[in-house]
Amino acid sequence: MTNPGPPEALLTVEGLVKHFPITKGVLRRQVGAVQAVDGLTFDVRTGETLGVVGESGCGKSTMGRLITRLLEPTAGRIEFEGRDITHLGVSGMRPMRRDVQMIFQDPYSSLNPRHTVGTIVGAPFRLQGIAPEGGVKKEVQGLLELVGLSPEHYNRYPHEFSGGQRQRIGIARALALKPKLVVADEPVSALDVSIQAQVVNLLDDLQDELGLTYVIIAHDLSVIRHVSDRIAVMYLGKLVELTDRTSLYTAPAHPYTKALLSAVPVPDPRRRTQRKRILLNGDVPSPISPPSGCRFRTRCWKSAEVCSEQEPPLLELRTGHQVACHFPE
Amino acid sequence: MTAPIETTGSAAGAQPEAVLAGAKRSQIEGRSLYQIAWLRFRRDRVAVAGGIVVILLVLLAALAKPIESVFGLDPNAFHQDLVDPSLLAPKGSWGGMSWEHPLGVDPQYGRDILARIIEGSWVSLLVATGATVLSVVLGTVLGVVAGFYGGWVDSVISRMMDTFLAFPLLLFAISISASLQDGAFGFSGLPLRIGVLIFVIGFFNWPYMGRIVRAQTLSLREREFVEAARSLGARGPFILFRELLPNLVAPILVYSTLLIPTNILFEAALSFLGVGIAPPQASWGGMLTSATGLYQADPQYMIVPGLAIFVTVLAFNLLGDGLRDALDPRSK
Repeated sequence: MTNPGPPEALLTVEGLVKHFPITKGVLRRQVGAVQAVDGLTFDVRTGETLGVVGESGCGKSTMGRLITRLLEPTAGRIEFEGRDITHLGVSGMRPMRRDVQMIFQDPYSSLNPRHTVGTIVGAPFRLQGIAPEGGVKKEVQGLLELVGLSPEHYNRYPHEFSGGQRQRIGIARALALKPKLVVADEPVSALDVSIQAQVVNLLDDLQDELGLTYVIIAHDLSVIRHVSDRIAVMYLGKLVELTDRTSLYTAPAHPYTKALLSAVPVPDPRRRTQRKRILLNGDVPSPISPPSGCRFRTRCWKSAEVCSEQEPPLLELRTGHQVACHFPE
Repeated sequence: MTAPIETTGSAAGAQPEAVLAGAKRSQIEGRSLYQIAWLRFRRDRVAVAGGIVVILLVLLAALAKPIESVFGLDPNAFHQDLVDPSLLAPKGSWGGMSWEHPLGVDPQYGRDILARIIEGSWVSLLVATGATVLSVVLGTVLGVVAGFYGGWVDSVISRMMDTFLAFPLLLFAISISASLQDGAFGFSGLPLRIGVLIFVIGFFNWPYMGRIVRAQTLSLREREFVEAARSLGARGPFILFRELLPNLVAPILVYSTLLIPTNILFEAALSFLGVGIAPPQASWGGMLTSATGLYQADPQYMIVPGLAIFVTVLAFNLLGDGLRDALDPRSK
């Protein structure tokens, strides 16, 4: 993965917030909010792969759905190629949909069981009103070949395919309109490990071939390490660390990142004993009432008084290495 | 990460069944879920038998008038000479069975029972089908809207369903047909009766359909293919008609087939209570009513329409069960 030319931001996100209201009673009075995403600021540069990791419930998927505008942000600002898309409606977003596409997690529910592969992969052309040269059918068959399926599968139905093949169909659909940015929400976590490798490599090859920019959301650190140029670590709706792959894996600065990395299984049993495993106490606090100050302080071994009083801002510790911690390493 | 396994397009796309068949077809045809359901349905002998009986019944009902005229059957012709007036029972054994009247004659007027059964079949099926169509249309539209849009729309429609389900349907049906004057809404006689029956049965049964469709829509709405369509810029109507409805066809079809026999029974019950089809028009329920007072003298007269209802309801139920097993094998 090369970084062509000077890095320019394709997507800029500033202070992105999504609160899901909790309502009660007949009058739907709001009694609280799930603070799924609470103030994210980052950018995605043209041609790079940004990996987003975090445990389940930390707001990764919500973040993905916000930047593809499947959800309406509560606050903040999203800019794509310099254009504000934060509050665009369905019609306003439609032209943007060509440039921002999504790959979904579950290949068994992301394809409509009643449609043929041809209809599914051809849907982007129909919805966007685009007539490709040589017709939709030829274009779709080309896409199927591109993702490693046979063009003869055009008339088949999703239930006739395996999980990996279905995920390829989903990828073909996402690539149909030649998007600039592809947001992949856990693209391989529903697949077997051997198939995961195939799909990850396919994504890699397609990036080189089509010059794509990826935002890949995953909870599997090895997958993220394999595909990402830069990695964002999320905890309870906030970014705790954002840096390039090498410095994240060699010199993690946030205690949470350290704990996460120490949990990656080591295949070699001899090396396993040499490593120090950091065990975090307790569970992730509820996003309905997150802790004051630093959200990680309830489980952090470095926690001090300042952590509960002040929220640590996401600051640049070294060049290109942003951390939100009062006591970074 | 394990070492990547490189696959070429053709290897990844090899289809086991094509390999087994050894066939080199230029175009691989996919089997839709309906084609697979049809294959599965054909193997279910009981369901196929039910389906054949249903088809025969529909043909009989649709062609009732031509059949009657071809065979010279008149459901309303009196044959007083065949009835023993002192006993109020047909002369001869087995309810007056003869070559001319294969199922006998009715005990009061000597009308041919076979002709009346055939005449009653179209009334029964028309009312049941009409009422089912009305329920299905109302239930599907309101159920889909409630499930898809959610929020206050869902609340309003769901409370409406509760209200309809709490309605004393039988009392309502009795009072409406008692209070309706002949000539209401520009209809009179039989068409008015049939129209009222279809309305009463269909209009008050839609919440059952509506609840099923709403529940299905709620679960389908959360599937990722709906989000995928959204992420391609699809609007609500497109998602509703192109993505959700094709997935709702199977449950709607199954439930409709199971609703028809219920409605046949309901129509028979209303006619039996004297608020459905009015005499002299033949109807299965009406025949049962007139047989109740005479069943000791002429049991045949009660058995024949009873059997007709039984066979029809059973056939529709078997067909419906078979369809459900074929369309959704996991539901068992």
